[in-house]
Amino acid sequence: MLQLATAISKSEIADNIYELVLKTALGKYTLRPGQFVHVRVSKSVEHVLRRPISISNIDKGNNEITITFRAEGPGTKKLAEIKEGETVDVLMPLGNGYNIESAKAGEHVLIVGGGIGVPPLYELSKQLHERGVKTTHVLGFNSRKDVFYEADFKAFGETYVATADGTYGTKGFVTDVIGEIGTGFDKFYACGPKVMLKVLDETMPMDGFISLEERMGCGFGVCYACVCDTKDGRQVKICTDGPVFEKGAVVL
Amino acid sequence: MMDKLQIKLPGLDLKNPIMPASGCFSFGEEFSHLYDLSELGAIMIKAATDELRPGNKTPRVAETSSGMLNAIGLQNPGVDHIIENELKFLEQYDVPVIANVAGTKIEDYVEVAEKISAAPNVSALELNISCPNVKEGGIQFGTDPETAYRLTAAVKEVSTKPVYVKLSPNVTNIVEMAKSVAKAADGISMINTLIGMRLNNSGRPILANTTGGLSGPAIKPVALNMVYQVRQALPDIPIIGMGGIATVDDVLDFISVGADAVAIGTMNFTNPYICKELIDELGKKTEEMNLNHIHDIKGRAFL
Repeated sequence: MLQLATAISKSEIADNIYELVLKTALGKYTLRPGQFVHVRVSKSVEHVLRRPISISNIDKGNNEITITFRAEGPGTKKLAEIKEGETVDVLMPLGNGYNIESAKAGEHVLIVGGGIGVPPLYELSKQLHERGVKTTHVLGFNSRKDVFYEADFKAFGETYVATADGTYGTKGFVTDVIGEIGTGFDKFYACGPKVMLKVLDETMPMDGFISLEERMGCGFGVCYACVCDTKDGRQVKICTDGPVFEKGAVVL
Repeated sequence: MMDKLQIKLPGLDLKNPIMPASGCFSFGEEFSHLYDLSELGAIMIKAATDELRPGNKTPRVAETSSGMLNAIGLQNPGVDHIIENELKFLEQYDVPVIANVAGTKIEDYVEVAEKISAAPNVSALELNISCPNVKEGGIQFGTDPETAYRLTAAVKEVSTKPVYVKLSPNVTNIVEMAKSVAKAADGISMINTLIGMRLNNSGRPILANTTGGLSGPAIKPVALNMVYQVRQALPDIPIIGMGGIATVDDVLDFISVGADAVAIGTMNFTNPYICKELIDELGKKTEEMNLNHIHDIKGRAFL
């Protein structure tokens, strides 16, 4: 589970959004879209907690994964300082990931991402596309400077962008775009802020899957930091039981 | 080489003085996929209460400089479930289990202690009188010496295994607390977390519980001093020291101020292999230092 990876390349793809390509032996793993890595941002004990970051692209043949994160606090800012060739200590792969068998070839699904929730959906869309599933994407960001991966998603299917301040694409939220294009899809897959997931969870008429975010301690089920309640009265851990849950399963 | 690390404490035959601290290792199952749990000195399992506890609202953790705050709220499936499932799982390992017991009233502690001390693979109890994150009680047992003594004495009456009491650092006089519980306890573990808080960029507390327990390397100097003080006042009481241990030198420091054994908490999250690594490094260190036994340096800070 503990892997040492080498940083192959790093790039800032939007305002404070970084893409880090890591090389590490992937042979023994079955990786699923929606899984995450728990990254130690430095060797010192200044940062005792790892940072959970989604895998946005898997290149098994080359033993490479891409992680995409926002440099927001001191920990992720330190991670953004990593230079090519440096070693990165990761726990992986963590979490359940999306069940791609849930969509069949020929089906048309809606993929909805908000902000830093967008990255894991790229690998998901890629794998669904490879399985012959048609994908339409709706991506929401705060502003034009925050937009990323639009062209990458376009390669797989129709892609709409909404910005909260209207500086790019549709002015408003992902729900405003969905209001225009309708909900005539077989399934939906979403990752983003809890408010966005809550609205989708309550209003989407079709089956779907949402991926949650929470502050984590250990990342592998030990510390009980990232729990949430299920609608049938149980408690689940986002790190090991999730982060992906079926529509309607958890209390948001 | 390894017999240089062996330690005998009430109820505990430790292969080495290193064990994971309660709450940082769950009930061991997750770590059993990473290394052989039988290599550990002991395992301090997550706190058990009489009934299932759902814990606090999230966010429950926040990082701080060289440390972290937690306010989990003693989430656990309840003592009966723990005895039937989590402890059963641990039976396959040759390792002493120290069961952490928590509650809100004396009767809760007594009930849990009576049940869990009867489990065959529980070697000792650790009374959690110092959890800062449960509003309706617990902590008052950890801040008033007389109440702490009465609780310890009540648990001792029903427990079939030795009882260690985990002290809170959130007190005016740690020595007074230690002396009081030592009248009834078989040993002391110290320290639990220090109460702290962290705000977000909007000036609001990050933790849903507002405050949490500070742990990690940031608290090591506080822990070290408290063990030092208590050891001077109580030369013979067994002490399991903890608080921010991250390296083998930290382990040596705690033994130097008089701890018999040590527990590793937060660093299990930073590096899940930390306990195993420290055991290996401590073995090498005793060789390098030409010690006959790791306890040759116990209390050397006083000399």
